[in-house]
Amino acid sequence: MSDVIHHPAPARRGWRQSDSPVKRAFARSRTVQVASAVLLLIVLATLLAPWLAWQNPFDSASLELNDAFLPPWSEGGHGAFYALGADDQGRDVASAILYGLRMSVLVGVSAVLLSLCIGVPLGLVAGYAGGWFDTLLMRLADVQLTFPVILVAMLILGIVRGVVPEGVREQVAVLVIILAIALSDWVQYARTVRGAVMVEKQKDYVLAAQLIGRSRSAILGRHILPNLLAPILVIAAISFAHAIVAESTLSYLGVGLPPTQPSLGTLIRIGQSFLFSGEWWILLFPSLVLLALALSVNLVGDWLRDALNPKLQ
Amino acid sequence: MSPSDTQPPPVLRVRDLGVTFDTYRGPVQVLSDVSFEIAAGEILGVVGESGAGKSMTGAAVIGLIDPPGRISSGTVELNGKRIDGLRGEAMRRIRGRRIGSIFQDPLTSLNPVYTVGRHLVETIRTHLPLNEAQARARALELLEEVEIPEARVRLGQYPHQFSGGMRQRVAIALALCAEPQLIIADEPTTALDVSVQAQIIALLRRVCRERKAAAMLITHDMGVIAETADRVMVMYQGRVLETGPVREVLDRPAEPYTRVLMAAIPSVHQRLARLPVPEIGAPATATAPPVRAETVPHAAAAEGKTLLEVRDLGKEFDLSLGWLERLVSHQPRRTLQAVDGVSFKIRQGSTFGLVGESGSGKSTVARMVAGLTLPTRGQVLFDGLDRFQTQTDLRRRIQMIFQDPYASLNPRWTVASLIAEPLEVLGLSRDPNETAERVAQALRRVRMTPDDARKYPHQFSGGQRQRIAIARALASQPEFIICDEPTSALDVSVQAQVLNLMRDLQDEFGLTYLLISHNLAVIRHMCDDIGVMQRGRLVEAGDAQEVLDAPQHAYTRALMAAVPDIRHVH
Repeated sequence: MSDVIHHPAPARRGWRQSDSPVKRAFARSRTVQVASAVLLLIVLATLLAPWLAWQNPFDSASLELNDAFLPPWSEGGHGAFYALGADDQGRDVASAILYGLRMSVLVGVSAVLLSLCIGVPLGLVAGYAGGWFDTLLMRLADVQLTFPVILVAMLILGIVRGVVPEGVREQVAVLVIILAIALSDWVQYARTVRGAVMVEKQKDYVLAAQLIGRSRSAILGRHILPNLLAPILVIAAISFAHAIVAESTLSYLGVGLPPTQPSLGTLIRIGQSFLFSGEWWILLFPSLVLLALALSVNLVGDWLRDALNPKLQ
Repeated sequence: MSPSDTQPPPVLRVRDLGVTFDTYRGPVQVLSDVSFEIAAGEILGVVGESGAGKSMTGAAVIGLIDPPGRISSGTVELNGKRIDGLRGEAMRRIRGRRIGSIFQDPLTSLNPVYTVGRHLVETIRTHLPLNEAQARARALELLEEVEIPEARVRLGQYPHQFSGGMRQRVAIALALCAEPQLIIADEPTTALDVSVQAQIIALLRRVCRERKAAAMLITHDMGVIAETADRVMVMYQGRVLETGPVREVLDRPAEPYTRVLMAAIPSVHQRLARLPVPEIGAPATATAPPVRAETVPHAAAAEGKTLLEVRDLGKEFDLSLGWLERLVSHQPRRTLQAVDGVSFKIRQGSTFGLVGESGSGKSTVARMVAGLTLPTRGQVLFDGLDRFQTQTDLRRRIQMIFQDPYASLNPRWTVASLIAEPLEVLGLSRDPNETAERVAQALRRVRMTPDDARKYPHQFSGGQRQRIAIARALASQPEFIICDEPTSALDVSVQAQVLNLMRDLQDEFGLTYLLISHNLAVIRHMCDDIGVMQRGRLVEAGDAQEVLDAPQHAYTRALMAAVPDIRHVH
């Protein structure tokens, strides 16, 4: 009979199914195919930015002030071609988007991962153990929620300013902003996960695991966590977009990234000031790219949530 | 359309009703050729197992079939007028005004932020031309009519301040607001305890009689039908199998399916070795297997050594607020004595039944025996060993089966991983091949195939899932299995299958069971000895036959009297 079941108890991947159902779900959905194509394109663009862009938009030596405010699809001096126009300093918008995307994706992905790593374990333990730890964590979360992201970021920035010597401040700016966003986003994960754990831990499958003497960490990690994938993925997809926007707000206030490390958010901020003087392209194109990025991440996240649910296969 | 002049038309007449769901894979016929009539003052019981179409029939009558479902054929007439074609406002005026409905869980049909009085007054004023004061007076009358004590005070209270039975009375009062000609009750007593159920059944019967209202009572419980209805309609796979006076259908069922269904219901008065099981999914005309009426040889009381002993077990739950709130508001600690001084012994190879209503503490006892909850005092001795001091050694030998097979199997795990988990955690298998072998073996023991191991729990029916849960419990080859309401979420025929399987496994492996149930018939069918619990205390214990045939304690007698039985026809 052992030939019937080849992998009777794949302990390390118990909840995860073989790839085929996910692949089949992928083949069925046109939406997710388009969304992941867009996502793939964006990721490739961020990786290949130095080769795709003809100009390094943040190297002031390569900028042509004469070409400032050129509209999209026009040719500048020295044979340069501005497909998406140029900004106030003669920067090619297309090249700027490619470079800006890198920073935005980096900040978004790292902030989401970091807040996941903080929020999910805390929520798991608080929901399962309850008691003083739960009370403490939830009060802390309540306090945290009353502070806007910007205030938290400024606080962290202030501390970093005091600790880090002046010379390296610019280099750690990215780390600081990722930390700031993650430290204000973890609350969402912790609260959601805690609530879901409190529902799941009442279910008999958890009792069945306790009965055979499963450890707390195994019950949380192997039994409960897989059942929380859906809410976690939904929050992660939303907070990815949120992190990108938060970063641009912070940069706008001057507490974010330095001008030498610009992001999509920085470009949107710059473009915004020229919108009413008729130079719409500086704002429009970065915004469209941000929209496409956020939308495709959300769509792929939603699809992944359903595809990983054995009930919906 | 016009019936004969001498006889008034029945209140409800349904002819050749068909309901179709339009799905991606084409239309699916869920009801076909359903025809019945209900006269004034008559109660028609509709029985069948899940998926038989009983609730769908009720929904079709009140025009509450959600798209993509639609009435595809037939007619529904209320007092001789067709109502199946009505839409929107016209249908809404009929619902509530001329048809009242009662559902299974009244808590979900009552708005928690409105007082009961406001619910009643608003419903009355929607349907009748009365002013506020008149409506209030009528609401009071209605509450008194459904036998709610202190009705005047109760009017100002909120739904959560009512117990389950009281809420169901409010739901009945709400259904009666506009003096409907037809009442549709969908599983009105399923969520209630036996004694409360008996009261609600009596009430429902009385209000229908007094008001000459026709009633359609949908339930899966033959006992409830026997005690309430005048006529019964048996449904199976979206069709009506037979309709007739209750006594006639229950005593001399014409259809083989009804015959087996009736026989599959365990009785409080008789113990059979095996229950006859209707073939699931088989065509309704299939011949029934012969009903074996052999009774179980009664085991001598002294026989067999004691496997499990519970001594003076007690559990207190702390219901007080957190320490901070308690400190601030000067509140003392509040505790609930969930289990109080419970002692019993279970002989090896026998089945001990623990019976009681919700909140009696029987599940808490089960959890303490399983080692999931620490007792406040007392001891659990398994094979002479203290449960709470030699835990590691006992985990393999004690297993548990839970009530809801939908919740007791992790939905993200395959059946193979589920059954293999106890083997791996308890170190009972040396390598993956042995694990696979034992998983396959466990599945075969519960009459499933090893191929099922690759599937997920949701791909199985309720009965199959309960069998998977049993396979998981069996995998570590335990001697003792605690069954907490193992069949209360299942249909009668599936219940019969699971109970038979439990009996087979007991014979085969000499298993000892602790069976927790609120269903006295299941207890009677399965157990050698029983204990009756009331508010945390064991009020009566002893040989199952003696206790149930001649109950000594008043509470046991009340429980036995409240059990709806297909032999009692009012």
